[in-house]
Formats: sequence, C-alpha cells, structure tokens
Amino acid sequence: MYDVIVIGAGVCGCAIARELSRYRLRTAVLERASDVCEGTSKANSGVAHAGFDAEPGSLKARLNVEGSRMMEALSKELDFPYKRNGSLVLCFAEKDIPALQRLYDRGQRNGVEGLRILNREQLKKTEPNISDSAVAALYAPTGGIVCPFGLTIALAENAAVNGVEFMLETKVEEIQRMEGGYRLLTDRGSFETKTVVNAAGVYADRFHNMVSEEKIHIIPRKGEYCLMDKKAGGLVSHTIFQLPTAYGKGVLVTPTVHGNLLAGPTAADVEDPEALNTTGEGLADVLRRAALSVEGLPVRQVITSFAGLRAHEEGNDFILGQPKDAPGFFDAAGIESPGLTCAPALGRYLAEMLIGYLPAGKKENFVTERKGIPNMAMASAEEKKRLIASDPLYANVVCRCELVTEGEILNAIRRPLGAVTLDGVKRRTRAGMGRCQAGFCSPRVVEILARELGKDPGQIRKNEAGSEFLTGHDKDGIREAKER
Amino acid sequence: MKKDLVIIGGGPAGLAAAAAAREAGVEDLVVLERDQRLGGILNQCIHNGFGLHTFKEELTGPEYAGRYIEKAAALGISCRLNTMVVDLAAEGSVKKVTVMNREEGLYEIRARAVILAMGCRERPRGALNIPGYRPAGIYTAGTAQRYVNMEGRMPGREVVVLGSGDIGLIMARRMTLEGAKVKLVAELMPYSGGLKRNIVQCLDDFGIPLKLSHTVVDIKGKERVESVTVAQVDEDSKPIPGTEEEVACDTLLLSCGLIPENELSESLGTAMNPATGGPLVDESLETDREGVFACGNVLHVHDLVDYVSEEAASAGRNAAAYLQGRLAEKGREIPIRAENGVRYTVPASIDIGRMGETQTVRFRVSGMFRDAAVEVACGGQVLKHIDRRVLAPGEMEQIILKKSELEKTAQAGDPKEISVCVRT
Repeated sequence: MYDVIVIGAGVCGCAIARELSRYRLRTAVLERASDVCEGTSKANSGVAHAGFDAEPGSLKARLNVEGSRMMEALSKELDFPYKRNGSLVLCFAEKDIPALQRLYDRGQRNGVEGLRILNREQLKKTEPNISDSAVAALYAPTGGIVCPFGLTIALAENAAVNGVEFMLETKVEEIQRMEGGYRLLTDRGSFETKTVVNAAGVYADRFHNMVSEEKIHIIPRKGEYCLMDKKAGGLVSHTIFQLPTAYGKGVLVTPTVHGNLLAGPTAADVEDPEALNTTGEGLADVLRRAALSVEGLPVRQVITSFAGLRAHEEGNDFILGQPKDAPGFFDAAGIESPGLTCAPALGRYLAEMLIGYLPAGKKENFVTERKGIPNMAMASAEEKKRLIASDPLYANVVCRCELVTEGEILNAIRRPLGAVTLDGVKRRTRAGMGRCQAGFCSPRVVEILARELGKDPGQIRKNEAGSEFLTGHDKDGIREAKER
Repeated sequence: MKKDLVIIGGGPAGLAAAAAAREAGVEDLVVLERDQRLGGILNQCIHNGFGLHTFKEELTGPEYAGRYIEKAAALGISCRLNTMVVDLAAEGSVKKVTVMNREEGLYEIRARAVILAMGCRERPRGALNIPGYRPAGIYTAGTAQRYVNMEGRMPGREVVVLGSGDIGLIMARRMTLEGAKVKLVAELMPYSGGLKRNIVQCLDDFGIPLKLSHTVVDIKGKERVESVTVAQVDEDSKPIPGTEEEVACDTLLLSCGLIPENELSESLGTAMNPATGGPLVDESLETDREGVFACGNVLHVHDLVDYVSEEAASAGRNAAAYLQGRLAEKGREIPIRAENGVRYTVPASIDIGRMGETQTVRFRVSGMFRDAAVEVACGGQVLKHIDRRVLAPGEMEQIILKKSELEKTAQAGDPKEISVCVRT
C-alpha cells in the first residue's frame, strides 16, 4: 500500500512529488502519458509571473509571489533554465492609466517587490522596440521566464532520485474508497494508497467528482501560440503584457529562456480536453494582437505554433486540499495561469498539508540537487572542451539548428526518467526545436533511440502509442496488394 | 590551425568549389562536412536526371556526387566528415572558423579565404502556419526522402503532398513506386514551383492530381494524421470558404520552399539578399566580406545540380585567384537591378574590371509569363533581348553577358546600373 499516489506528472504533480520525497513516505506518480510534462505544463507561456495579476488574498496571489521568490534558487538547485528578465504591462490609452494604477495597487497588496509605473519615455528607454502607441506601462522587475519542460523534468527527476516511483502510461480509470484510503483502478492494474493527490490538470474534476459530492467543473481553456526564430528573440528583452481592455485580455510577447520569441495565448473555452489543435483564426489573432505591443513583429519568422489547454475552474482560484467529504484526497485542481510559477510553492504547500494528515519524518539522505543535461549550445568554449574530453560524442552534432550533440541525446535517454520518444528527447535537449523543426535530425534521433532502447526504428514514437514515425518498409504496400 | 582556404559544406557545391580551387593551384585547403559522408542531399536523390549538362549523361544523385567525390580524392583534397562549423567570425582579413568533431574536439581554423557552401533546408510546417493538430505523419518531403531512399523505411501509406516543389513531385512518384497511395498534390500558387518535366514524369504519368491554387487548412488526428482539409485559395492566397474538402490520409508531405542555411554567413555579418535568403555577391561570387565566397543553394536555391557545380567551380577559381593575388582589387561595382517580373539576380553587381570575358547572370521570375522576353539594359542601351515562350518561377533562368559589350557601354558613359527585366 502506498502512502501517497499522485495522479498526473505535470509541473504540479512533480512539484508535489518532489516535496513529498523529502519525507519517509512511499510515493508514486501515475501518469497516463508516456512522459512527464505532457499536458498543460508542456504548452504555456513559460513565464514566471511576478504576481500582480491575481486577486489579493487568493491562493493564486499567495503562491504566485512565493513561487516567484523561490524560482531562482530552485533553478540553481535543480539546474533548469530560468531568467529574471522583468515584465511590462502596456497601457495603450491615457484613459486606461487608472486601470494600470489599479494593477500596481493590486501588485503592492500581493507583496510584489519593485513595481513601478513607467511613462512613455521611460518605457521606450527600457524597451526600444515597444509599440509607439503604448503610453505607459507597469514594470515588474521580479517577473521572469522559465523553461516549462526544464522545470517539470527537473522536479520529476529529483523526485525519482529520492525514491518516488513514476508509473508512466498508466491511466487512472476509477477511484474507490476503501478502508484506510483509496483504491485506484488503472489500465495497468489497481493500486492502493492511504492518500491521493489529484494533480490531473484538465481532468482533475473527473477524479475529484469520483470521491466527493462537492462537485467541481473544469473548463479546458485553449491558448494558441506562435513561436519565432531565435533571430527574432532579441526584439524585446522583457515579457510584454497588454493591459486587459474591453477588447480582451490581450496577448504577451516574450523572449524565451532559449532566445526565441513567443507570442500568445488566445483564450477560448472548449469542450474536448484533448483539443490541442491550433486554428486559422486563433493563430491570426495571436499575431495581430502581438503586433500591437511591439514595432516590427517578425511574423515571417514563425517556426512553429501550438496550443495548450489551461484547467480553468469556475471558482476562478486554485482548489487545494481535501474536500470535506473525502479525507485523504488532496486536490491540486483548477491550476491555470500562474500555475507554472506557483508550482514550487504549491508543491510545498500541498506536501505540508498532506503531512499534517499523514505525519511522516524527514529523510536524512534527501538529495537536494540535480544536475541537468549539459548544453553544448550554451556552454563556453572551455566547458565545451571539457565535455568533449569527458565524452567525444559531445562533439558529434545531431541537431544542427540548436547544436545538440549525440552526447546530450544519450544523456537524456540514459538518465532517471529518461526520454523514450522523439518529443522526450526534444524537450530535454532541444533537438528538433530549431528553425528546421526536426527535418534534418529526426531520422538520426529515431536511430539513436532505437539503438539505445533496443527497439526497431519502426517502434519509435513521436509521443503516445499510435504516434510511430514510420509505417513500415519500402514496397510493403505493393507486397500487400499482391497478397490480396 | 591555419589554412589558405576553408570550404564549408561537402555537397555538390563544396566539392566542385574545392576541385576548382585545387586545379587553380590552391594546395592548403580543407572541406568541412557535417554529415558522415560527402555528397550532401544528392545522396538521397536516387532518381535519375542529374548531370545532363555537366556529363552529357543521366546520372542518379549518388552517381553524380560520386563523380565529384572521386575527383576530390584524386586531387588529394582533405575532407573532414562529421565536422560541424559552430562559428564563423572575422579578425581583420583572417577568417576564424570554429569547428567541432569527435576526433579533434573543438578547435579554430584561421583561414585566408572561405567558401560558403552550406546548402539549404526545407520550410517546415510551423513556418507555413498550417493550423490543426500536431500528430506524427507530417514530414518535409526531404525528410521522407531520406527515410525511404536511405533507410528503406516508409513514413506513411496514404499521402497528401502540399507544395509542388521538385522534391515534393519526386517524392509523390517515389512514394507511389514504394507502394503508398498518393492522393493529391496541392499547390498554393496558380502554377507549380517545380520543373515541367517533373510534373509530367512524377504526377501525370502516375495519375496523381495536381490541385493548383489549393492549400491545407486543417490537420486532424491526435497521435497520427487521420485527414487533412484542402481548400481552394483566392488571388491573395486566402482560403475560399465552402471549397474545403477533407482528404483521409496518414501522411502530409511538405514541399513548400527551401531556405538557404545562412546562419554562419549571418554570424559573420555578411550582407544578405532578402529575395534569395542568400548573401549578396558580386561577379566573383564574393560576398561583402573580403575573401568570403558563396555558391550553390546557400547562395540561391537551384533546380539543377549542374548549375550548382558550374557556379561553385567559378567560386573556387575566384577564391584561388584571391589567394594568389590575381583577383583585382574591388573597383567600381555596377549594381544589377532586378525589376518588372525578375525577382533577383546572382550576382547582384558586376565590376567590369574584375569580370571574366563572359559573366553568367542567373535569376528567377516572380510569376508565369508567356510569349515574353528577358531584357538586359545598361546605360540606356538594351544589351540583350531574348524572346521566351514561357518563363516560370519554378525554373531558374540565365543570361550570359559579354565583357566587351559592357565595356562599350561603360566607355559611352558611366553606367549607374544594369537592369534585368521581363518584357511582355
């Protein structure tokens, strides 16, 4: 019997698991996908919000500011890309300045440090390519950017190293109450546990509603994004938001931690929690709105676009903790923006709450630090040489656009919770994330994965079952036709 | 390490440039190739039709590459494989080429001259902003070509091809020959981006429909492609509502343009031509960085490898002349203006003092023209007027200018530009 089973290996599930791994508990994470970070955590803005946006007094506000404060130290401890680049909220009309002021006040109440309102001149000086139509801006120096894959994978790996069992491709179908806990029925057998953490993203309402009469309802809210080439990454250095107006919430334009430029998201409520498709209107909308913020948005430099689904809950705040009628069942539900930023604080908050219910001592041998995969593209010449000396495969370039080497790819496959799919390699190393979008490197990565995993290249998948890259051998179709 | 000449890229351009430079007397040169073999993209082009101009025979891609690989070997040209150039910078007249490979690690080559021959890449789905899901089954035509031709693996069974570039057409035929069903080829423009001969031999001969003025407006399927929606577009390339047709398939191949791979040229600060995506070069194929030459698909995307070889050989000879002090100092560059239907020219300028007895000027037109003419004018005088029955964007054009003609015009007055245009 497990002490804790966490449902969902997104950023929250992994953050909670990592915090729980400090304690003497038998903890497992069940994830239906073939890798961690496959849901909401993989497709979002990658922004570590300062915390001025959320309603004062809400869990969102509290955990956002805490998470923002934790992020830098955590990024060093767990070795993932994070940068405190500062945020700007643009105001496009004099008449909206009071609204900007209200945002400033809200940020003050939330405890966000260093907030300032910039006039047009100060703004232009801070961010030269900002649109001429911006009249003022709220500046939040504590705003940052983070690699959402990097953060989630780092948390997961560290949790795994500290004894958390990750069961991937394990889909929870039913939760039954039992004496002293819960029984989780999955497509890979049933698991018994004293407590459950429900970190199932857009599916969190289903699990919650299986055990509680206090029903919740999560609406998948789609956000579409366009990612631009690194050539465009220097257009702005801050994360640029737009002050919400009557015309909508606006979209952001931000550099990413890896130097691309990202624009998005749209916001559209959808029925299907799997509807990760982009739409013609959505993408056009992103580019149109983003162009309001900056001069010369290089729309022709788009290298990919994607959509993510936020788990919006009708109550508009995170739902954290036990429903009254389901002791030992801990929700981490309704985690939408700023969920990524909140995750480290949320993990701690929920773990402490769980320890209150199921007391456990701390481990003495908890491994605090995790070392990430070396990054040849970002390494200095000395570091490059040192890595190559340690393994010459760090000089064998596989992904030319992002300068990812065979050494890095092998490291990604061979580490705890290592990559088993092309997407897994991509999110861990950036192979295939560049301007050719895996055109050149995918055959090589397929080959390396097959070799390392002892599989046939035909079995190598993009991500989930059914997403195999190859469908067979040359002339299969002709042979089959003859046989018919 | 020091070298007189570093050639970046061991495909058809790099090999032809290296051979020509060696034949012109450059001893100290090296070809740097990032792949595990020489020959570049030709290695996966197993169809024939290569070399009609160069060798007067029909070779396959690997055979054509083989000729140049053998030539390079015979000339004793040093080639480093699996070698990536990670940076290119200048320090005075010295070019610093930072290189990385398994055997030698990370090191710098200080070169007196460099030839850029890095080729091009395919435009991916993301750059086309095709909405829909992102399942497995969406490949650029070249990636699919590699799987099928080099690894014997099929990337799909029921195929829709978007874009009628040459690789897309060739792959429509290849996939059919290998047992897949190619349902259609959709092309955004009202004309094909490929060679006429490829439309006939790859589509018409196999009964594969070519839908001009059509594009893909949606992709369905969560793990693997299940269908794509094809729609007709209007004159502004916008989909026309009501014309959508959902086509069941498991694969979408993209052949929607090639992009010269100029990240290294840009790191050197080379002036670029937005029309080609390649560096701006003069009559010597020299970029605005002294001693840095460019040729092949990194300069502008070609249709025929024969022209790549010819252009690259010229770059190799010019680099040799530069190294041997035989290339005249830059004098007065007369810009070539591409106008009225001509999208660009390579070279972008001519220095009469530096040019050879003749100068090949290559260009592409921006639309379909019938019963038209190409006209070259300089200093108010029409130098050439060549009648053409058809001019198409998918076919690179070339004209040959004579030094004597240009000199005559120059003597009559100082010409400000040479113009190349289409007359209808």
